[in-house]
Amino acid sequence: MQKVIEGKAYVLGNNIDTDQIIPAERLVYSLSDPEEKKNYGRYALSGVPAPAAGLPDGNHAFVKEGDRRSEYAIIVGGKNFGCGSSREHAPACLQIAGIQAVIAESYARIFYRNSVDGGFFIPLETTTPLIDEIRTGDRLSVDIGAGTVTNVSAKRQYPLKPLGDVLEILEAGTIFEYAKKAGMLPKDS
Amino acid sequence: MGMTLTEKILSAHAGGKSVRPGDNVWVDVDVLMTHDVCGPGTIGIFKRQFGKNARVWDREKVVIIPDHYIFTSDPHARRNLEILRDFVKEQGLPYFYDAGTRNYKGVCHLALAQEGHNRPGEVLFGTDSHTCTSGAFGMFSTGIGNTDAAFILGTGKLWVKVPETMYFEFNGTFPPYIMAKDIILQVIGDIGVDGATYRTMEWGGDAIAKFSMEERMTLCNMAIEGGGKNAVIEADDTTLNYVRRRTQKPYTVHRSDKDANYCFKKVYNAGAMEPVVAKPHSPDNKALVKECQGVRLDRSYIGSCTGGKITDFKAAAQLLKGKTVKIDTFIVPATKEVEDDLHKEKIGGQSLMDIFKNAGAHLGPPSCAACLGGPQDTFGRTQAEEVVISTTNRNFPGRMGSKKSQVYLASPYTAAASALTGRITDPREFL
Ligand code: SF4
Repeated sequence: MQKVIEGKAYVLGNNIDTDQIIPAERLVYSLSDPEEKKNYGRYALSGVPAPAAGLPDGNHAFVKEGDRRSEYAIIVGGKNFGCGSSREHAPACLQIAGIQAVIAESYARIFYRNSVDGGFFIPLETTTPLIDEIRTGDRLSVDIGAGTVTNVSAKRQYPLKPLGDVLEILEAGTIFEYAKKAGMLPKDS
Repeated sequence: MGMTLTEKILSAHAGGKSVRPGDNVWVDVDVLMTHDVCGPGTIGIFKRQFGKNARVWDREKVVIIPDHYIFTSDPHARRNLEILRDFVKEQGLPYFYDAGTRNYKGVCHLALAQEGHNRPGEVLFGTDSHTCTSGAFGMFSTGIGNTDAAFILGTGKLWVKVPETMYFEFNGTFPPYIMAKDIILQVIGDIGVDGATYRTMEWGGDAIAKFSMEERMTLCNMAIEGGGKNAVIEADDTTLNYVRRRTQKPYTVHRSDKDANYCFKKVYNAGAMEPVVAKPHSPDNKALVKECQGVRLDRSYIGSCTGGKITDFKAAAQLLKGKTVKIDTFIVPATKEVEDDLHKEKIGGQSLMDIFKNAGAHLGPPSCAACLGGPQDTFGRTQAEEVVISTTNRNFPGRMGSKKSQVYLASPYTAAASALTGRITDPREFL
């Protein structure tokens, strides 16, 4: 697991659901085929209505027209991030677009679990809401070891909640690696 | 300290040791369900992790129910069905309800119940967030992603954090114009879309005990819209009568202990409940129907795992009989069995099917259809700025297709009453 993550922030509001993260009509693409899978990068966050896309101003494309990767590396969200469906396409599409960490006030349960068990990115939580503190495009530096996120652009630092139980899975990589370490699965499977 | 129903089931599946909320335990899985949207990804991970020639842990415990993108010409969606077919053949899986065959069922959560895969006391995981529906049968059921599902396919186990339980008790008798949908929308309005995050929603009280299995499924179906991990209702005679008609397999009835620990309890007076809607764009954006009375609508949609069961259509038909709808009205039975029942069930000598046709409604084949938008050619999908009243479970932006459409969630009674006037209408006007 990467301990320090740096990059530009993309800021979203509360209750960002999985239909906004990846609209249902896009779920037809394969997640196993390396080429076809790139479509998920292209359509990541394409369901977010324009005024809410990249706060505070809105109207920021997460992935530029024709691209399959985003210029942003970190998403900052509000409460109940990832609510809705259990589609793993949601955390997967963010990873495919290049997201390395999501920092939210809270998560919906299945999205959080999928992010961890599939090893897509690090889902971090803050003790205070950050969506009014950070602007889309600000440069952030996340230090997992120190438990902080620094807004390099605004020279401010905020604490992160400890990762707790899921840290072991994140460090292992996925639930499969974790189960191998724990002796639940043979090492060579 | 006693255990709640959910704690007891998890304990029994984690080697019998007693469990407490917050514990992480590995549980033995009784059923894994997947469908056409998440099945192919799950199979891909399973093969990558366990090898090309790997076998599933137990063929009897895997259930595959294609239901989401069935009646579409989208080539990727059709390819995904082929992936399921190949896997079923390769593994020799007995429970596959394939599209385009006599075995096709329709929406997975209702098909699980109708085909006898829901059994009290069991642990069921599904690659769909509304898998919580099965909790209506006194079992533990919840939605998971592809990675977790692939893990189960290979091992038959999954780690679970034992949830705290919230208890919702309804006493007395619901008025005749109130349906389970009104109750769940009321409760989500009260607790918010994240009010039950990481928690169980347990339902009880004599008013709930009078609900049919279909109505109980509606209640449990939307636990996820409150953020809940699972929902659960103790099995009783109604449950066992339903289950015994559909499976010979054994089951275990667990009950919450008298001294079980609940993190939240709320008691409602069933007789005082009102018809409610969830306004755009969130299931907790609750309002009384009478507060929205008169909002202009373009369409009414009656279908999905939440609102496409036979009891939902009986309710709608009661209002639509002998009348004509004023707006586009879509009727989508959740499963083939429900569709067959639309022909069999009659009100005043007329089949429900005829009642809907004569009222001018559009009838679609059983599947998820426009509940989640889907490919462009999906039946009932919104394409522009439509204002819809719908018996489905989600009204997030773009959920039914177009990002610009607006969806009001409501009971089948309210959706039918509103179809007759073209405006949001209290069902009491027609009952
Ligand atoms: S009917 Fe709607 S909510 Fe139910 S399983 Fe299908 S898409 Fe999901």
